[in-house]
Amino acid sequence: MTTTRSAQVTLPSETEVLIVRELDAPRELVWQAYTTPELVRRWWHARRGEVTSIEIDLRVGGRWRYAMTAARGGFEVAFHGEYRELAPNERIVSTEVYEGAPEHEALTTVTFAEADGRTRLEIRQRVASREVRDAILATGMEDGLQDALDLLEQTAGSVR
Amino acid sequence: MARAATTADVFNAVAEPRRRELLDLLAAGERSVAELAQATGLVQPQVSKHLRVLREVGAVAVREEGRRRLYRAHGPALKPIHDWVAGYERLWSERFAALDDVLEELKERAGGDDR
Repeated sequence: MTTTRSAQVTLPSETEVLIVRELDAPRELVWQAYTTPELVRRWWHARRGEVTSIEIDLRVGGRWRYAMTAARGGFEVAFHGEYRELAPNERIVSTEVYEGAPEHEALTTVTFAEADGRTRLEIRQRVASREVRDAILATGMEDGLQDALDLLEQTAGSVR
Repeated sequence: MARAATTADVFNAVAEPRRRELLDLLAAGERSVAELAQATGLVQPQVSKHLRVLREVGAVAVREEGRRRLYRAHGPALKPIHDWVAGYERLWSERFAALDDVLEELKERAGGDDR
């Protein structure tokens, strides 16, 4: 069983980020792992801290909130949003706000596509502007945070 | 034509799918506008327009060879976006690796049947 396959991240447009990964399980199980709080708690941390709270009210109009304490720095990282569309085992559309920058809301569409017992998971995050997208990408930059901040500054400077 | 304000940085320059296609081709080697047009199915003025945007941000370099202008990808300009995307990719790869473990357990629990 390979556990080293990496996620594919692409930028389909200037306001979108697309994350794709194939998972070795039928989509019913992926859906379960993706929408059951006790299970989400076990993978959402990305090995970067301790999950402190996973709330999922899985119905259209229902709210969700994920929070963790970052191993590096010890601060809380939390996201929340609202479910807009739910098609069991197929699709979740929800809003998503990083509580550190609550003015920016993303619309996230997660698609579960199964073939031969495996599931292709697609997470498409759509934001209002390129700056927001770049800020989202920067959240993966824990090793080069200063670089990211410098770049963000440059980017912001070049937009105006 | 002069929409420089919206295409002034490498992130935006690379976000356009056609420009990424051109970059992919140029990463494999030098090409002329005519060759790029043929490979992508775009007309030459379109290719030229995209190349201009890519050149503005330094993602593409050009040199003259006789009467031909040959374009090539210029890696260093692409490094910032590569680094950001790679960092985000690592974050999600870690997440999915943990998800793999959860799924393995769910599969076992789902019946001990093979698969």
